Amino acid sequence: MWLYEKKLQYPVNVSCKNVQLAKWIITQYGGPDGELAASLRYLNQRYAMPTERAKAVLNDIGTEELAHLEIVGTLVHKLTKDASVAELKAAGLGGHYADHDRALFYVDAVGNPWTAAYIQAKGDPIADLTEDMAAEQKARATYNWLINLSDDPQVTDVLRFLREREVVHFQRFGETLNYMQEYLSEKKCY
Amino acid sequence: MAVNDPCLILLRKIQQMEFVALELNLYLDIHPDDCKALEQYNCTHKELCELKRQYEQQYGPLLNYGYGMNTGNNWRWAEQPWPWEM
Repeated sequence: MWLYEKKLQYPVNVSCKNVQLAKWIITQYGGPDGELAASLRYLNQRYAMPTERAKAVLNDIGTEELAHLEIVGTLVHKLTKDASVAELKAAGLGGHYADHDRALFYVDAVGNPWTAAYIQAKGDPIADLTEDMAAEQKARATYNWLINLSDDPQVTDVLRFLREREVVHFQRFGETLNYMQEYLSEKKCY
Repeated sequence: MAVNDPCLILLRKIQQMEFVALELNLYLDIHPDDCKALEQYNCTHKELCELKRQYEQQYGPLLNYGYGMNTGNNWRWAEQPWPWEM
């Protein structure tokens, strides 16, 4: 069961319409290291975890990623709202307009649709937690590149918040991995 | 909505307190025996409840599905702007 809270986790403001920036940022909506992939990866891996701590961490970080998905969606929506067809075409979003008009879709920065092939569930807690740590680092790096591309300080502020969250999640997953290794080595003694 | 709108100022406070609660929550998931963090979590919970009560009374429900109160004579959930429109 999930509850929806009618607010964003972090406030999102944009200085002005910026279709080009939206085209890049959408990769964190539906790209390989984006928030949809993160959320679905973690929430799905919960079931196979042997410790209560790992289940809790995956549940709660997976839920936070849904809040990030909404932040990224809000950024893209605000940056493309009222964009003309000519502006969409000029930013390389003519193809997106043909398939989706100004609607959001789960795509990366060059328009590839989201695929479950971006994520994995191995059933092996060490393999899965290691994947999760790598995923957080890849998402952090993506936010870094997006910050380098951004020419809107208000958008950069939001991207910096999201980048910081990847660092915190990496830390929590690292602690979860250490605890899992201890748990598994103790289990072998019996 | 202007940034200095009282609704957004209160919402900002809720976002800040919720952030504190979330940080403590994730930390406690993997450090469940940290009494000091647990105490801070419970304090944050109390403050957050009070802020949300104030917000919901003035500006409409933050939660639906029976978890939030609908004050007034009309269904306010669908009436308030959505987060991506604010």
